[in-house]
Amino acid sequence: MFLQQLVNGVALGSVYALIALGYTMVYGIITLINFAHGEIFMVGAFIGLLLVSFFKVNVFVAILGAMIFCMIMGVIIELIAYRALRKSSRLSALISAIGVSIFLSSLALMVFGADAKGFPDGAFPVQQIKVGSADISTLQLLIIGVAAVLMMGLEFIVQKTKIGKAMRATSEDYNTSALMGINVNRVISFTFALGSALAAAGGVLVGVLFNAVSFNMGLMAGLKAFAAAVLGGIGSIPGAMLGGLLLGVSEVFGVAIGYSSYRDAIAFTILVLVLLVKPTGLLGQKITKKV
Amino acid sequence: MLKVENVSVNYGAIKALQNVSFQINQGEIVALIGANGAGKTTILNTISNIVPSVAGKITYLDKDITKLPPHEIVKLGISQVPEGRRVFAKMSVLENLEMGAYTRSDNEVGSDMEKIFQRFPRLNERKKQPAKTLSGGEQQMLAMGRALMSRPKLLLLDEPSMGLAPMLVEQIFQIIQEINASGTTILLVEQNANMALSIAHRAYVLETGEVVLQGDAKELASNPEVRKAYLGE
Repeated sequence: MFLQQLVNGVALGSVYALIALGYTMVYGIITLINFAHGEIFMVGAFIGLLLVSFFKVNVFVAILGAMIFCMIMGVIIELIAYRALRKSSRLSALISAIGVSIFLSSLALMVFGADAKGFPDGAFPVQQIKVGSADISTLQLLIIGVAAVLMMGLEFIVQKTKIGKAMRATSEDYNTSALMGINVNRVISFTFALGSALAAAGGVLVGVLFNAVSFNMGLMAGLKAFAAAVLGGIGSIPGAMLGGLLLGVSEVFGVAIGYSSYRDAIAFTILVLVLLVKPTGLLGQKITKKV
Repeated sequence: MLKVENVSVNYGAIKALQNVSFQINQGEIVALIGANGAGKTTILNTISNIVPSVAGKITYLDKDITKLPPHEIVKLGISQVPEGRRVFAKMSVLENLEMGAYTRSDNEVGSDMEKIFQRFPRLNERKKQPAKTLSGGEQQMLAMGRALMSRPKLLLLDEPSMGLAPMLVEQIFQIIQEINASGTTILLVEQNANMALSIAHRAYVLETGEVVLQGDAKELASNPEVRKAYLGE
């Protein structure tokens, strides 16, 4: 029972973590809560669904295709909706983000309709593996595996590559990074591309897990992932991973001990409690402005 | 080498710089001195185009750089050591130096880094540590080393003596002269006018956003007005 719920929780939490990473990276660099991020996750799920339904590709190709599509979409969103507002008040960009979010979900509603869509029968052969008393599905293993590989890839990019180091530099100090010869605009585009790709992968995985893709799936998933990012400490990449896993596991355990009608409230209750004790989030750092 | 002509900068309604003109010749150390708020840092940030000018023209090696984005200006060979050092606190010393070499893709980056470590042995001892664990003097050395990693032709130094013990200040100024002797032109912004005038060839005095005096550094150092206002006499 415990193992079963733990696996369920980790699978759900990995998806929250994938989405939360996009929030936290974008916030880390331009201090914007990209409220359209949940909708990028939703678009990713639809792209995955289309690829599987019409091109009969396997799940990995679907994930890859959705990632590439959303990467480009993320870059374009930043270019049209946020870049011009970077020097104006933070509220303007936030409102623009909400606008993009509403636009994308309405567009999906128009194109795909209001009903949730499922994947074609037998698109993914699912097997149950018995581990002790727990039934673990290959789908859950797929989710945990793909999320782990993507997060390790992200960690490599951020820690070891030149552009990753430029990302860290820019998130620490925007102007000084420009003084290093870093093209800050390009770093910001790259950050949106990375975050959107991870959200897209999360979208396909969730679509497969629940066998449902709908125009409004980005809203709650986006809010919870945002809660996960804040819980872990917004701006912190390990924080987003930890926050996502924590929320996923506690949500599943909350449901298991009988609070299923409070399913969506659990994430936000934890968020409020943690912020009361540690306002910067679990791994967040206090921002001190030195003069 | 660098020519600043009638540059004006506003921060909202405040006029930070008004018709500032000066020039720097190849090989010189030029000092900009003036009180707090005179606009010294603004001048450096306007040259780097972190702060945009509302009027005027900045020419570098016969090229108009007034509207170039900051990273293009670094590529042309103008590097800045910003006020308060501004090292990347969470990144290691090594990574900070790598960021300094961001515009470069040649294969001499490694050997240049060795040279930085020879010049600043303390950095070599601490290369794996996050920059925030360094002392103020070490951070200043890191900020200078980082700026040198781009192989600048013109180095802009903003208050390198700020917050440092007098002995360290001597050492930093010694190093500035060495950097200059090895062929890098230097624009030095300082509140410590005494030190700045002692190593500079020429200097400009800034007051509330305007150049009020200019000339040979030694002459300025003996100018009674300057002595009274900036050298504490």
